[in-house]
Amino acid sequence: MLSLITFLPMLGVGAILLTRQFAGPTQADRDAAARVIALAVTVAVFALSVLLVVAFKTGVSGFQFTEDAAWFAGLHYRMGVDGISVLFVLLTAFLLPLCVIASWRVITDRVVEYMIAFLVLETLVIGVFCALDLIVFYLFFEGQLIPMFLIIGIWGGQNRVYAAFKFFLYTLLGSVLMLAAILAMIVIAHTSSIPALLAYHFSPGVQTWLWLAFLASFAVKLPMWPVHTWLPDAHVEAPTAGSVILAGILLKMGGYGFLRFSLPMFPNASVQFTPLIFALSVIAIVYTSLVAFRQTDFKKLIAYSSVAHMGFVTLGIFSGNALGEQGAIFQMLSHGVISSALFLCVGVVYDRMHTREIAAYGGLVGRMPIYAAVFMLFTMGNVGLPGTSGFIGEITSLTGAYAVSTWTVFVATSGVIFSVLYALTVYKNVVFGQLANPALAGILDLERREVLIFAPLIIATLALGLQPGLVFHFTGASVDHLVAAFQAAREGPR
Amino acid sequence: MATPQLIVLLVVLTPLLGALVAGLGVGKIGDRGAMSVTTGLLLVSCLLAWITFGQVIGGAWPDHFTLQVAPFIDIGAFRSAWSVRVDSLSVVMMVVVTTVSALVHVYSWGYMAEDPHKPRFFAYLSLFTFFMLALVSAADFMQLFFGWEGVGLASYLLIGFWYHKESANNAAIKAFVVNRVGDFGFALGIMTVFWAFHTIRFAEIFPQLASHAHLTWKFAGHDWPLMDLACVLLFIGAMGKSAQFLLHTWLPDAMEGPTPVSALIHAATMVTAGVYMVCLLSPMFEQAPTAKAVVTVVGAITALFAATVGLAQNDIKRVIAYSTCSQLGYMFFGAGVGAYSAAMFHLFTHAFFKALLFLGAGAVITAMHHEQDMRAMGALGRRIPFTYAMMLAGTLSITGVGIPGLDLGLSGFYSKDALINAAFTAGHASATAYFAFVVGVISAGLTSFYSWRLMFMTFHGHAKWPAGHDEHGHEHALEPREAPWVMLVPLLVLAMGAVFAGGVFAEAFIGPDKAGFWRGAIISGAGAGEALPIWVAWAPLTVTAIGFALAWWFYVAREGSGARIAARKGPIWSFLYHKWYFDELYHAVFVRGAEVLGDLFWKGGDKRLIDGLGPDGVSALSYATGRATGRLQTGYVYHYAFVMLIGIAGLLSFALWAFVR
Repeated sequence: MLSLITFLPMLGVGAILLTRQFAGPTQADRDAAARVIALAVTVAVFALSVLLVVAFKTGVSGFQFTEDAAWFAGLHYRMGVDGISVLFVLLTAFLLPLCVIASWRVITDRVVEYMIAFLVLETLVIGVFCALDLIVFYLFFEGQLIPMFLIIGIWGGQNRVYAAFKFFLYTLLGSVLMLAAILAMIVIAHTSSIPALLAYHFSPGVQTWLWLAFLASFAVKLPMWPVHTWLPDAHVEAPTAGSVILAGILLKMGGYGFLRFSLPMFPNASVQFTPLIFALSVIAIVYTSLVAFRQTDFKKLIAYSSVAHMGFVTLGIFSGNALGEQGAIFQMLSHGVISSALFLCVGVVYDRMHTREIAAYGGLVGRMPIYAAVFMLFTMGNVGLPGTSGFIGEITSLTGAYAVSTWTVFVATSGVIFSVLYALTVYKNVVFGQLANPALAGILDLERREVLIFAPLIIATLALGLQPGLVFHFTGASVDHLVAAFQAAREGPR
Repeated sequence: MATPQLIVLLVVLTPLLGALVAGLGVGKIGDRGAMSVTTGLLLVSCLLAWITFGQVIGGAWPDHFTLQVAPFIDIGAFRSAWSVRVDSLSVVMMVVVTTVSALVHVYSWGYMAEDPHKPRFFAYLSLFTFFMLALVSAADFMQLFFGWEGVGLASYLLIGFWYHKESANNAAIKAFVVNRVGDFGFALGIMTVFWAFHTIRFAEIFPQLASHAHLTWKFAGHDWPLMDLACVLLFIGAMGKSAQFLLHTWLPDAMEGPTPVSALIHAATMVTAGVYMVCLLSPMFEQAPTAKAVVTVVGAITALFAATVGLAQNDIKRVIAYSTCSQLGYMFFGAGVGAYSAAMFHLFTHAFFKALLFLGAGAVITAMHHEQDMRAMGALGRRIPFTYAMMLAGTLSITGVGIPGLDLGLSGFYSKDALINAAFTAGHASATAYFAFVVGVISAGLTSFYSWRLMFMTFHGHAKWPAGHDEHGHEHALEPREAPWVMLVPLLVLAMGAVFAGGVFAEAFIGPDKAGFWRGAIISGAGAGEALPIWVAWAPLTVTAIGFALAWWFYVAREGSGARIAARKGPIWSFLYHKWYFDELYHAVFVRGAEVLGDLFWKGGDKRLIDGLGPDGVSALSYATGRATGRLQTGYVYHYAFVMLIGIAGLLSFALWAFVR
């Protein structure tokens, strides 16, 4: 099941390559075929992952749908999901079809390669969340950099080489250290099986080094302050669908990594470094919110806002209690939906006007009332208005962290003020006011295709905001298990 | 579902239904359809709310019950459910909210007649009403917060309803941001309550209070008395929502919204949510003496501060806005001295007379063709006598006219004097309460002055508007006319409330047997207190008379002397006219501060420091190296990807080697 979900997109790649030969005489035919196949495959993957979630047994903390096959040279190919990872598979499969639709008309250059890049990316990202073997995990984890790198580098904006290079530099730094840590773990524990490693007790001294090495990779990916500066550039240069994948899914791999490796495998080090993480999280929330407030580039503003929101995730994860972990996972899923939607909102006006300058807009509500309503809804999600999913993630991760450090939460909660400041200001400058720029006079409201993209995101934002149990139901057992083990470590060294 | 449950559920949900139909059905049901659906459903909700009120207060239904509709958040002890909590407190709020809302819906048929966005307007009004009802019927902190921020959203949308106006947009953002400052405290308060009591449900918190009353709590590096800490944090939320001193700056600006919105949201209902919250949590505040003192002092300062600013304003709506701010201060100091029932009673009567004053002001503005500056009015009493009479009733009520000896007066008389008297009684034991008493009396005089100043500048004296047949030509001519009946009928209904609600309900809300009315929904305290000294009983009326006399002197007898004082721009006048310079101060400190810090972090932190030392530095270095090798600086991402692949392959080989070994 998991392998099918993971590798189905690769079949799609094969299909695209095959039909390239037969689709038709013109490039347009080949492009059309690639689009249709990509959409069909991603929808099929989504359907399968819905089945996966339906078949998933809640209330069980261990891994399900496990697969284990001898690979070569003593390596094993191991897959499986638990309550922490299963919803990320669903999120990925949910966003990919939307990315394909969002790129339908916008991408006209090298469509075949573009769709292939996205399908490869889907395989690799789902693989990250399903892998139960360190080597397999590492392959997926690092492998997804390549398609992402190409998406930014080929289909990106004017400054794409700088952005791609920055992205590469940061990530390389992280992955080298993580690889060293992975090798060390294998050498010490004589296994690369994640379930086995979860039961293995590393000595506290070793934990410290391994924890730091993993931090290097996850902190860049998340991203945490101060290794976040690649993100705004990457977003600004990436095509809209690239930003959606980046913000919606790739950032979550950092948080997922903390939950899968750092916390359960190195609990003593996690306790030891909690103050560091808390300090960086608080800085991320306040600092990047203020930076976001000053941005003149629409997309950059949303990117900075992403960094601030990830601060709540790290706070929740390292609170080490059920409320915090649940909140962190929820915040990641919620952010996956809301930030994706916000980048799509930027994309809508960018596609029409080809500028990201906030100052070039204003007064859109008169011409684009549906867009105004949709953007308002996601702005409210972004500022964590109760009733949207954004609220649940923030309040639960903050409440979780309160048990660990009231100082931290005192400062972090001020983020709810700053988020309103930048989010409402940009909304006002883009949507409200008079239609000042004459170039906007003919701008059109959302077309049917765009409504189709936003509709599922709206439903997800409100459904999760009003019934967060939809998530907690799945994550509960695994989180409780994680927390119990973590609390035991906190109470005394083993 | 039994009948009571069904009815209370409908009270809450019918406005939501109206909002959804009007908001999403644009184009299909048309303006009239949207207006009819929202208004009709609101009238249904109002009717059902009064039925609920009658049944619960009359004893036909249980005096308190909670309908659980669906789960909300459920993580261990952090458990919240979508509920409708019914008790004396919530049913009082339900009737206030739905009554004023229904009347405002009706009134808006006339007031918004020429607006092109009527469905959106009515949808927002109904949506607001739903959030407000969710707020007052919450059984736990999460639903309370949901309603709390939801009404904030509706307020933001309605302040900025005329989105083409820059000032309206800025006022809307200001309202949201300042409210968020309050909610920052509110959220911390909720977290403190959760970790102290391990629940966020009111019904599970209150029984634990006795055992938690004397605990200390570590917060932000200090040990605090738990209850004082929790209550002060929660009260910060109330200060934001109810525009109390320091967090008041958004309310006057909120007058950018259409006038019916000012009446409903920024006078009668939403801004009283803070008072409601303190009363709801009265069992907690009773265990928190310092927090009560804070509430008392903040309330008293607000009552005085806002009244002084109201003296010098010229915009008719802003005068009433500051008046609202001031009256909310009264409610808070009442709650602070423990007179929760009196605070709720003032909330109740205030809803009538303040909504009346705002809607009356709306009728004046309509008559004046969107003129809001009172300096351009005058002599309207004879032109629009009905509106004048209604405003007169509201003014007599807010100034608390009545005869203490006979215990007979208008609504405001009963509730305001109850607050002042409660402060006096509590003042025997508490300096802050005595302070509130003194301030309450002084502010009553100021209230009288600014209220009558408004009446005289608007309705009396000489007309300052271009009269119908003057020399200047046709287009400047103004012929003030009464508003249409659809606007006047709601005024009449509210005027009945402003005149009679106090007398009718005083016995129940604050009488000797008030415990039988509240039945544990709030801490209602003992019955009638000690007899008051005669000077205390008559003090409010005396200062009110003085305020009236001064206003009459400056604005009728010596008409123009008020304007001459203003024209001199003396220091006191300037200080009041510029609202104690709070906006200027906040702009310089907070807005500029956020801008400067944001720029510093962005350009100094991210660009220079992090990028300069990090990727750009490395990249400059590698660029230099690349030039030397002549291979790497081609700029093609393929090369980088290729390098990365090689790296991964190399490292993987090492992994295999290590593992196989």
